[in-house]
Amino acid sequence: MHDLVGITAAALDAARIASIAAEVAGPDGENGAVVTFLGTVRVTNAGRRVLHLDYEAFEPLALRTFRQILDEAAERWPGVRMAVWHRTGRLHPGEASVAIVAATPHRADAFAACRYGIERVKQIAPIWKREFFEGGDVWIEGATADPHDEPARDQAYRRACV
Amino acid sequence: MRVTVRLFARLRDLAGADELTGEVPAGARVADVWCWLVERHPALAAHGSSVSAALNAEYARMDAAVSEGDEVAFLPPVSGGRSRGQDSRRPPR
Repeated sequence: MHDLVGITAAALDAARIASIAAEVAGPDGENGAVVTFLGTVRVTNAGRRVLHLDYEAFEPLALRTFRQILDEAAERWPGVRMAVWHRTGRLHPGEASVAIVAATPHRADAFAACRYGIERVKQIAPIWKREFFEGGDVWIEGATADPHDEPARDQAYRRACV
Repeated sequence: MRVTVRLFARLRDLAGADELTGEVPAGARVADVWCWLVERHPALAAHGSSVSAALNAEYARMDAAVSEGDEVAFLPPVSGGRSRGQDSRRPPR
């Protein structure tokens, strides 16, 4: 039994991902598609060679946000089962920082829901990363987090190709 | 009334603290807590247009009413997502 949402300082390694995916797939064989997305630390960013990233989360709010994303996905893809997990701490290139798993009876919905999940995590999860590269370090900041920003949610739907 | 203020990432670095205890007037709103904070840490002032706020670990608007003992968190832009506003510094991807 694996929680469907989580923040963890431990590695999102193959065994962990397999365990999460099994939980999402469910025991009854009704889901014919299980899609897993892993976001991994890229060794180059903006022309810089990345040494490592330090991730931090506002954990209670992040977990609440993950559950909201699961609820949003269930509105759009009724019956979808999903998991959202994120790492914190120091991550080196190649390590997984985030895992999204979506399971549905047919593959199109699983791919779409998975894509929607990662887009929403990027938009609204209170998680920050500081990039340490050769010659310096910088906070990587994107958008102001607003879970009620409907245009942002629409954009996540569009990127999910629905 | 007393409130706890929590800061993350760049905001924490600028203020040099991840948690502060504030004394704000009864009836204060989240925006008043931000003003209280900026008075003590003027380096944060430039970030007012890009912060999000959370009240007791739930996203909240700047006009949300604050109560005695509440925890108010101020959040810089998150690491991904839709870029908007001049404060966003989104590297090419």
